[in-house]
Amino acid sequence: MANKFFKKKVHSKQDDQLFRELCRNIGSERVKRDGASQLLYSRDGSAFPGGIPGIVCFPETTQHVVDCIKAANRHDRSFVPRGAGTGLAGGAVPCDAPLVISTTKMNSILEVNYEKQFAWVEPGVVNLDLTKSLSEFGFHFAPDPSSQQSCTIGGNVANNSGGPHCLAYGVTNAHVLAVEVVLPDGTLVQLGDIDGHMSGYDLRGVFVGGEGTLGIATRIAVKLTPNPPTICTLLLDFMDVADAAKTVSAIIAAGIVPAAMEMMDKRIVKVVEEFVKVGYPTDAAAVLIIEIDGLSDGVRLETEQIKKISLDCGARSVRVASSDIEREKIWKGRKSAFGAVAQVQPGYYLHDTVIPRTKLVEVLEEVYEIANRYELIVMNVFHAGDGNLHPLLLFDPQEPGVMDRVLLAGEEIVQVSLDAGGVLSGEHGIGLEKKRFMENFFSKEDLAAQKLVKDAFDPDGRANPFKVLPSGASCSEVNHLSQLPDGAWV
Amino acid sequence: MNDLKKFKEDVGKEGFVAVVGGKTHWEVGGALNEDIRLVFAPTGIDAFDPSEMTVSVKAGTKLKDLDQELARHGQEVCLEGFLETTVGGALMVGRDGIRRNRIGSVRETLLQAEYVNAQGELIKAGGPTVKNVTGYDLCRLLVGSLGTLGLIGRVILRTRPRPEKSVWLQGELRPEEVRRMCFQPSSLLWDGEATFVQLEGYGIDVDLEVSQLKSVGFEERGNECPIKVPRFRHKFSNRSCLDGGVADIHSSILYTNTEASIPQYPEEVLCLGAKVRDTFDPTGRLNPGRDPYKAGP
Ligand SMILES: Cc1cc2nc3c(=O)[nH]c(=O)nc-3n(C[C@H](O)[C@H](O)[C@H](O)COP(=O)(O)OP(=O)(O)OC[C@H]3O[C@@H](n4cnc5c(N)ncnc54)[C@H](O)[C@@H]3O)c2cc1C
Repeated sequence: MANKFFKKKVHSKQDDQLFRELCRNIGSERVKRDGASQLLYSRDGSAFPGGIPGIVCFPETTQHVVDCIKAANRHDRSFVPRGAGTGLAGGAVPCDAPLVISTTKMNSILEVNYEKQFAWVEPGVVNLDLTKSLSEFGFHFAPDPSSQQSCTIGGNVANNSGGPHCLAYGVTNAHVLAVEVVLPDGTLVQLGDIDGHMSGYDLRGVFVGGEGTLGIATRIAVKLTPNPPTICTLLLDFMDVADAAKTVSAIIAAGIVPAAMEMMDKRIVKVVEEFVKVGYPTDAAAVLIIEIDGLSDGVRLETEQIKKISLDCGARSVRVASSDIEREKIWKGRKSAFGAVAQVQPGYYLHDTVIPRTKLVEVLEEVYEIANRYELIVMNVFHAGDGNLHPLLLFDPQEPGVMDRVLLAGEEIVQVSLDAGGVLSGEHGIGLEKKRFMENFFSKEDLAAQKLVKDAFDPDGRANPFKVLPSGASCSEVNHLSQLPDGAWV
Repeated sequence: MNDLKKFKEDVGKEGFVAVVGGKTHWEVGGALNEDIRLVFAPTGIDAFDPSEMTVSVKAGTKLKDLDQELARHGQEVCLEGFLETTVGGALMVGRDGIRRNRIGSVRETLLQAEYVNAQGELIKAGGPTVKNVTGYDLCRLLVGSLGTLGLIGRVILRTRPRPEKSVWLQGELRPEEVRRMCFQPSSLLWDGEATFVQLEGYGIDVDLEVSQLKSVGFEERGNECPIKVPRFRHKFSNRSCLDGGVADIHSSILYTNTEASIPQYPEEVLCLGAKVRDTFDPTGRLNPGRDPYKAGP
């Protein structure tokens, strides 16, 4: 696999010393620096070409993590925490040969307390594995990113990840009670507590979403959400995207907060239907998947209300799933979207901005116009309920100059979202990807205020450097998104 | 001059300063030092769009005025307090009320804050949308900070639909049993003998659960909390002695009439907290004397 950035790899004498020290402290079987490992850990799910990882460590205990960070400090090395590497903003891309600290071997569920509805887990536990292990007891972990089969709870915490069901239940921050963190100076600290009430500054709250730049989470106390007694899934189809968007606003204005409210436009519906055959109407301009849960009578009432609202707003039909199998089928289409687009073009770039939900129609129109202008295919599959857009730009990476067009189109999409009163990211984070846009949203003073958080947690700037805040210096290897890595999520 | 600019100038760039709200939680976190300039935050609701479920409101606005406006559109925010409590005050104290299980936690409510920092600059933290991971979440730090990191002038809050029906019941069954019987009751209180449950939602759902609870001896007690919840908050665990107090089972808080002792925090937590305060306010001019780590649960 060609990666031109790897030619720059260096093995300095200092590296050798650090390597030996790490092997001594955490065991040589947990420390790697062979070419294959370094290549593997040079990038994440984003379109960023790989950075240069230094040594890659696989700690199995909190003490191992402390040892790694202390060794890095002694050798004046920065470090980058890493979960499953599915992040889409370049958060786990190593910049300037840091120690890569992978949490994949810290993957135990340590304690589950159904009475008090919490669990302590290690950061490398895979999101879906946690939910599966709770299901027979009638609970789940509410954040459900589309990547939940592979992403880790540590990554969810760092990116404050969301998913379709975060509309009613809230994103990761609302489901994390406490975090044990190794700070960038090697100090171990627990932020937050099981009861989840305020005590002093909410350092837990700011650590969540810190994108690995404030330390490494080594144990996480998550809230368990009881499975709702009744679930109802609806598939609504529209001949006009504007009607679908109007329906979203009208449902919220009526005081209904569904568990999930996802929109798919014509193009993605068609591609998905061809791919998984779940019965989506391929002639529709857009479909909405709406899920309601709660006690049965309320669910029935809301179903009727939603039916009426959507028909009033111009829905062509409303299908109510009549069995679990039908429900799963409706969701299967939504969940297969990313796999399906690979049938159309070998590359895609997934954007993530949030806009006020009342601006959905106008911003979507602009997104289509931008993609047309740059001669790119765009498909939209997104969390409509909270205005979280995910335009997917499709292209053939082999086409000369295509990446420039993808980037320029992406920039314009970000800008129209901001112009509509939106924000840069709803769930993927800033990482390397959106740093350059931070000044479009925040003033210099606002950014200086954010920098204070980093200064308090990490005064020497060792944890995941070059991420989140725009700074004078930048990650030299991945400054430009000029070339696409093989097999990345593009 | 607009309200926020005036607020910024009132706070100024130097000198000890604090904001006076409704003075309903004035004692929380310790007494202010003497010789402090007191300023008022601006008041008024700037924008409320029910279909966005967000409201932009100035920090000096009284909770009851905000609640009245939101109620007209069938919504509410998860800030609870007394008659005179202001929006800014409720956020800076950051305490969740007994309905947390339904309306969520105060820290989930603050989406965007415009605050004046220690240098006298107006800073925007967070963003106006209901979902946002753009940079560090300063709003989280502000909630519960007792005004020691910045003085807030205007905020955007997440709103929620008000329940169609709300009813309290009282019975003898232990709270854990009630929790098992009901799907997410809004409040669950226990005074050592009786359990008090608040059920909220659609009328038909509430009615069903009411009849289930009645079948195990519960009685309806109207839509106001039937028991007086004392003022002082303590941590509550299964082993706690209730001592005439009322326990909030959802958030493990015991309310009593005796002042709470300050919890002990590990040294590393206090150290990180102190670093945060020092970096935000190096001269210690914002609310000197107050300490979020002395605020109790
Ligand atoms: C197909 C696909 C679909 C996706 N769908 C969604 C979605 O619906 N919603 C959503 O929110 N995201 C989505 N994502 C993005 C991504 O999966 C999430 O951000 C996820 O939480 C990342 O987890 P991870 O374990 O892969 O973390 P990584 O990518 O390994 O790391 C992400 C960030 O977390 C930091 N980090 C990791 N572990 C720790 C730790 N223990 N302590 C401190 N910092 C740490 C890293 O340094 C990095 O900054 C999707 C990605 C893909 C590829």
